Amino acid sequence: MAIEVRIPTILRTYTDGAKQIEGAGSTLDELITDLEKRHAGLRERLVDGGGLRRFVNVYLNDEDVRFLAGLETPVKDGDTVTVLPAVAGGAR
Amino acid sequence: MRYENLLDSLGHTPLVGLPRLSPPASRGSGAEVRLWAKLEDRNPTGSVKDRAAFFMVAQAEKDGLLSPGSVILEPTSGNTGISLAMVARLRGYRLIVVMPENTSEERRQLLRMYGAEIIGSPAAGGSNEAVRVARQIAAEHPDWVMLYQYGNEANVRAHYETTGPEILADLPGITHFVAGLGTTGTLMGVGRYLRERNPDVKIVAAEPRYGELVYGLRNVDEGFVPELYDSSVLTTRFSVSSADALRRTRELITSEGIFAGISAGAALHAGLGMAAKAMAAGERADIVILVADGGWKYLSTGAYSGTLDEAEARLEGQLWA
Repeated sequence: MAIEVRIPTILRTYTDGAKQIEGAGSTLDELITDLEKRHAGLRERLVDGGGLRRFVNVYLNDEDVRFLAGLETPVKDGDTVTVLPAVAGGAR
Repeated sequence: MRYENLLDSLGHTPLVGLPRLSPPASRGSGAEVRLWAKLEDRNPTGSVKDRAAFFMVAQAEKDGLLSPGSVILEPTSGNTGISLAMVARLRGYRLIVVMPENTSEERRQLLRMYGAEIIGSPAAGGSNEAVRVARQIAAEHPDWVMLYQYGNEANVRAHYETTGPEILADLPGITHFVAGLGTTGTLMGVGRYLRERNPDVKIVAAEPRYGELVYGLRNVDEGFVPELYDSSVLTTRFSVSSADALRRTRELITSEGIFAGISAGAALHAGLGMAAKAMAAGERADIVILVADGGWKYLSTGAYSGTLDEAEARLEGQLWA
């Protein structure tokens, strides 16, 4: 079992088109570092000097990690991490 | 209740208990977990946006930006447009809305009936694109007034001054407030109001997760965060799939008789998650779910007919919240 990571369309150039990839790590930060080994360039699209990039939202089992521990959020096997760009979304 | 005109009847919406959806095991234990729904479809045009629209127009009038015949321009794919169309009609302004091409037919018909004009923006990119297009048009017409619901403090103030106080008056022991996250106006306004009076109240955002089309951007830095958004007001934020939102919307009608729009289902989903946490911790909870509108405008999406699987499949690719 690994950690399932869902990738939005716009970042699939780093995953050869895959919508879902797998990784390992005990925190979100470690997970991203692990993914970077197989998907070079992905980390830089997600993280900058100050942490998660402003227009990138990351959810651990559907909960926004900015309300957990950010990049230090603990992750484990069986978790699902979803990456989505920040958008104005639907009907308002 | 009697009012002099429609606008005066704004707000003061019912807060109704959800006894069948609330966890039965918690009853009589001293740590009861109860769910409640604030029915915002009981507003002049049927949605929570009536509050924001009224306050934004009133503020613009106060600021001297509007006079009879003025043009209001707004990026909105639905409820805000309808609310503004009603207010504009009654106050004598012209309204032009910019909205994605794939929004439901009911909305367009209603907007035109109120006299609003519609400019379509490409479906791919959803509201992001509508905002961009509206900004371009506003730049070309400096005399038009773009109220800009995503950044207009009157949007937040509407909820700080009306929605929040109504909720607290009806449920002084509120422990959680859960609402859909869009412009963020409702959560920011109600959230600030409630937390100023009880810092322990949890303010929970239910963010709808759309089909891939809506997330279509040229690059991640083209993203959008509403200017009103202040994450420090929230306790947490959940991404809710259209499948979960739809399932819960159906539960609202089949269990409680409430015919709600699909963003209510998203909020209910997050609220049920909070209820489960409270139960597990043996804590009392009074959780308010904001029902932003009724299900009428979403009937043509097929969300309310057939099996759940069929409805989910139909909903994919449509803007449902």
